[in-house]
Amino acid sequence: MSGVGLNAYLFVAGLLFALGFFGVLLRRNTLVIYMCMELMLNAVNLALVAFSRYNQTMDGNLFVFFIITVAAAEVAVGLAIIVALYRKRRTVQVEELNALSN
Amino acid sequence: MHDFFFYLFSALTVLAALLVVINPDAVNSAVFMIVSFVGTAALFLLLDAFFLAILQVLVYAGAVMVLFLFIIMLLDVERSSRLRPDTISVVASVVATLLLIFGMAYLFLTGPDATATALAAAPDVPGAANPMGYATASRAFGYGLFTKYMLPFQVSGILLLVAMIGVIVLSKRLGGPGSGAPSASEIRKAEVRES
Repeated sequence: MSGVGLNAYLFVAGLLFALGFFGVLLRRNTLVIYMCMELMLNAVNLALVAFSRYNQTMDGNLFVFFIITVAAAEVAVGLAIIVALYRKRRTVQVEELNALSN
Repeated sequence: MHDFFFYLFSALTVLAALLVVINPDAVNSAVFMIVSFVGTAALFLLLDAFFLAILQVLVYAGAVMVLFLFIIMLLDVERSSRLRPDTISVVASVVATLLLIFGMAYLFLTGPDATATALAAAPDVPGAANPMGYATASRAFGYGLFTKYMLPFQVSGILLLVAMIGVIVLSKRLGGPGSGAPSASEIRKAEVRES
């Protein structure tokens, strides 16, 4: 079929996951941290679809379907929490959201 | 042709993801996120997962990112993005990410890849002998969803309902009367007093 195999897709998924991880570590804006978490979920989705295709079963695809469902629910709840936090503290920067640390 | 599109869309996806992380403006990050999701959807297409590619564009690039952009613009984070991370956290993040990338490169690029040449084209319709086998038709998707994964499917429906009710409660209580939290009009008054 082609020279691109399972490992190439897994490597792209790994790169995407590493970039999301980098974003979560580096960024200070809660919304961007949240977007980077979505990036990591997306990387896992790509790996699952690649495994599913190369194992010739539909199970991986169905897992991706559930991950997308849960991620959509998670985004809705998470953004509502961020908005509630912003209303209370007037900031979305993680340095300033330190009510539990002192 | 498959190879060319794989490299093209992989580069697009990874580059857009990098721009999401290093872009100082949250709105630009969100827009690059959409590009990254569309690139992933194209990679799904290359893997014959047509239904998931459509779902990816509709749910992620469409609904979720619109929600993100809406919240970013609603909260007006421009003025609060002045805080920059200190040097040590930048260095630590870069080192951790490089370690992760090198580890995964070692695993994925040097490991065995037995299926690279033996992969057959996916059938259009699920076969009778192996109904959970990989097929491009969305019928194969529905079959798995309503037989093997019936319970998780129902549970995800409940989860969506719970999330919806949770969001309504969460956004109603703050600012509502008697909640102790300042309402939107009170916050606005306080802002006027501060400035």
